[in-house]
Amino acid sequence: MITDIDARLLEQIADLTGQPVGAFNIRKDSGCEARQSTEFIEITTKTDKEGIDIRIKDGTKGEKCFIPVVISKSGISEMVYNDFFIGDDCDVEIVAGCGIHNSGCNESRHDGIHTFYVGKNSRVRYAEKHYGENDPGQTGQNIMNPQTIVYLGENSTIQMDTVQIRGIDSTKRFTKFVCEAGSEVVITERLLTHGKQEAISDMEIELNGEDAKCRVISRSVGQDESVQVFYPRVVGNAPCFGHVQCDSIIMGEAKIRSIPEISANHPEAQLIHEAAIGKIAGDQLLKLETLGLTAEEAEDTILKGFLA
Amino acid sequence: MLELQHIYFSVNTPEGVQHILKDVSIVIPDNKLIVFTGPNGGGKTTLAKIIMGLVQPTSGKVIFNGQDITELNITERAKLGISYGFQQPPRFKGITVHDLLLLSAGAEKLSKDRCCQFLTKVGLCANDYLDREVDVSLSGGEVKRIEIATILARNSSLMIFDEPEAGIDLWSFARLTETFEQIHRSQDATMIIISHQERIIQLADEIVVVAGGEIAHRGSTEEIFPLILANTLGGCPVLSKEEKK
Repeated sequence: MITDIDARLLEQIADLTGQPVGAFNIRKDSGCEARQSTEFIEITTKTDKEGIDIRIKDGTKGEKCFIPVVISKSGISEMVYNDFFIGDDCDVEIVAGCGIHNSGCNESRHDGIHTFYVGKNSRVRYAEKHYGENDPGQTGQNIMNPQTIVYLGENSTIQMDTVQIRGIDSTKRFTKFVCEAGSEVVITERLLTHGKQEAISDMEIELNGEDAKCRVISRSVGQDESVQVFYPRVVGNAPCFGHVQCDSIIMGEAKIRSIPEISANHPEAQLIHEAAIGKIAGDQLLKLETLGLTAEEAEDTILKGFLA
Repeated sequence: MLELQHIYFSVNTPEGVQHILKDVSIVIPDNKLIVFTGPNGGGKTTLAKIIMGLVQPTSGKVIFNGQDITELNITERAKLGISYGFQQPPRFKGITVHDLLLLSAGAEKLSKDRCCQFLTKVGLCANDYLDREVDVSLSGGEVKRIEIATILARNSSLMIFDEPEAGIDLWSFARLTETFEQIHRSQDATMIIISHQERIIQLADEIVVVAGGEIAHRGSTEEIFPLILANTLGGCPVLSKEEKK
């Protein structure tokens, strides 16, 4: 049964209010709460391990698939494997995400491994939002360790948006893309850590085919005593284009490491990386204060814009 | 009405105390267009920043509409109706031109037509700019014009512009002077413009020459402009003296 807490988590992570339209699988406290397949998207339970298979037929266009996870019992720890088999000539949107409400003092942990096999000439938008919260006075840790591995077929594109704003005490993310000729990856990663939270984002993109492209935009805010490490790597094995941009705002006593790496194994691989870490500029705050915002409102506006 | 009373501003440097402003007093009546001009480093920007609260004077008072605002912070002064266009405006990653106009207008919504009005007044097309982020992808001139549009959106009773012409191309500058003229004609706001541009100086009701941390001259355009031109034509005073020798 979806409780008010679950409903709030689902809205936070997947903008879901009520039953989604299209295919969906709602996982709650390590069980399947609700599922629906459609004519074009089939969702089945894995038989050899925990998780689901999502099969999207060739030529599927304009379909959405929701696979959110909510954990509202304290102390749950799970490892889930979700595999996506996306056919040729598709245009689909997949909304994942995990929300934890920790009502106790035990650790709640979700480790999800998503593997995408994308066919040729397909277009995929993939959104993944992570959110955690605790009942007042409760200290149970909320932990998420997502892995996303994508095999991108010829001339296919994937836009991956990941968001983790507050509430997750520890996260270790691993993302890997293997790109064939003419394919394109756009990854936008947004992260805010606070308190004593830790976040590590390890990313590897292999541009293996001619004209493969990737663009990585990582924006993060580290507050209080939190720690963040970014390690995006792009490997160009063909005539290809890759651009990695990591921007971080550092606040309080936070620590941020950003280690972009580009590696060219072909003379026509064109790879660029940019990385910047800095505090909020004083003149930005002053400008917004001259518009009538308080210092706190100005800071909040700058952070919201930066992570939007 | 704005009144500055005996404003002093000093800073400590390795060479000792440096006096940036020395006993500056001035009264600026409502709905006038006042141009602050004078040599670089003379104290114009510091004086303007003191009015907005961006800089706190060492001593002296700032009175706005009869209220002593010397101790008020920037936000409080903004809420009383003072706005400030920066000479070198900051850029914001992730904040769009539309967001900035919304914040400036203090509104939750702002129609595209309304935004278009503000942007057209600074020579920008809303269709091209509203959704763009105010980041490094914009040129210095574009950011400057957006900055001026945010001041127009504020609709405040006292607008301060610090060298609005800097970095703006000739065509946009012509549009900008028209906008200043329009605001002045409507008699809706007081404008203090720091400028060295003849066309802006000629729009002024009064010119205030700030030099060496003091008000060196003040008066109508007819009185002061010939003095400025005479100084300009004289070129470098040091070289002029040498030539006379």
